[in-house]
Amino acid sequence: MMEPLDHFLQAATMAPSHHPTEDLLLAYAAGGLDEAMSLVVATHLALCPRCRAEVTRLEAVGGALIDDLAPAALGAGTLEAVLARLDEPSHDPIPLPVARRRPAGPAPVLPEPLRSYVGGDIDRIGWSRTIPGLEEADIVCGDRRRSRVRMMRIRGGMGMPRHTHHGNELTLVLAGGFADETGHFLRGDLAVTDPSIDHRPVADDDGDCICLAVTDAPLRLTGRFLRLLNPFLRL
Amino acid sequence: MAQSAEIDRTNGLLLRVAREHDRQAFVDLFHHFAPRLKSFLLKGGADAGLAEEIVQDVMVTVWRRAGSFDPALSAAGTWIFTIARNRRIDRLRQERRPEIDPDDPALVPAPVNAADEGMMIEEQSVRLHRAIRELPAEQAELLKMAYFQDKAHSAIAQESNLPLGTVKSRLRLALARLRKALDPAELGGGA
Repeated sequence: MMEPLDHFLQAATMAPSHHPTEDLLLAYAAGGLDEAMSLVVATHLALCPRCRAEVTRLEAVGGALIDDLAPAALGAGTLEAVLARLDEPSHDPIPLPVARRRPAGPAPVLPEPLRSYVGGDIDRIGWSRTIPGLEEADIVCGDRRRSRVRMMRIRGGMGMPRHTHHGNELTLVLAGGFADETGHFLRGDLAVTDPSIDHRPVADDDGDCICLAVTDAPLRLTGRFLRLLNPFLRL
Repeated sequence: MAQSAEIDRTNGLLLRVAREHDRQAFVDLFHHFAPRLKSFLLKGGADAGLAEEIVQDVMVTVWRRAGSFDPALSAAGTWIFTIARNRRIDRLRQERRPEIDPDDPALVPAPVNAADEGMMIEEQSVRLHRAIRELPAEQAELLKMAYFQDKAHSAIAQESNLPLGTVKSRLRLALARLRKALDPAELGGGA
């Protein structure tokens, strides 16, 4: 558990204290990370200026590497083809993720890019109860055969059954907090768990804990068995 | 220094495209970046035809979005790398690229003095180039694979016949060296 002073300082500065591993940030900056994992990393970045600065540095590495590449011969007419397109009416060739929705009023709980994937702020999430004290909502993101992306809402003070993970899981806290054997996680904190970690998360008792979770375990089973794969149900 | 002159030149060209819609500046940028972008895309697994298409899309995007280039935040090459990376993800993998929205009211802003701590972008780029060239071959090779190939580190490990742990530790060592090169405390320490 965190010392009370650390807890206070973190709440005061709102800067997360649990960050993605260096190779996750590298994979995100280099573009090798899949969409589901990228969603978690990018949402953490919205809440973490420190990791944003690191990703900027890693992108500069990409720029330097491209500069040093041996040029490849272009097809005849490539330049002309590009010049001919400069005055075309701009339908942007690179689509933005989704239409940005910027709610009026106080800052939303869900930052971009998560808000666009959810289709709005937390009030737009269609929760369904998994076990007493835990609600979940699947999010459509990336290749569903490779990963599962979902929002979780754990009732304040609830302890989840002890469990291990079938695959790797990234859990990003967006509201409230939880603690387990590995630490205390608050808004913006990212918990990275792999199959070797056997833990029992307990939500802080000062309100619901809302998280974004991505599991990279392949989902081949459906129905009742899919529920058995749910990490929180793997007793 | 030749490297820094090149960085100043491409930054200047991109700014002229942004501010004056200068076509000649754009053509010069094209001659510098388009053949390198094609190399980048070929290494990422695109065939020649697709690589050409993506190069064209990226260069058209450079023209249209030049107004959002900020030389205080990145070098032209870095800015263009991010456009090419995103386009590659879109075309090769048919996936979206989740990114922050800098204007999002929910975004936690950087501390106000953060921008003053680092060194100038040009200086950073020069040091990065030098540090990359001085990396041990085994680290440089994996770093290039991580950036050029549209692959997870686990796939890179398989392809290079190395345990995933070795790939990760070599990448970490490479990044530690690059980070040291960018450390303001080391300023003036280089050759």
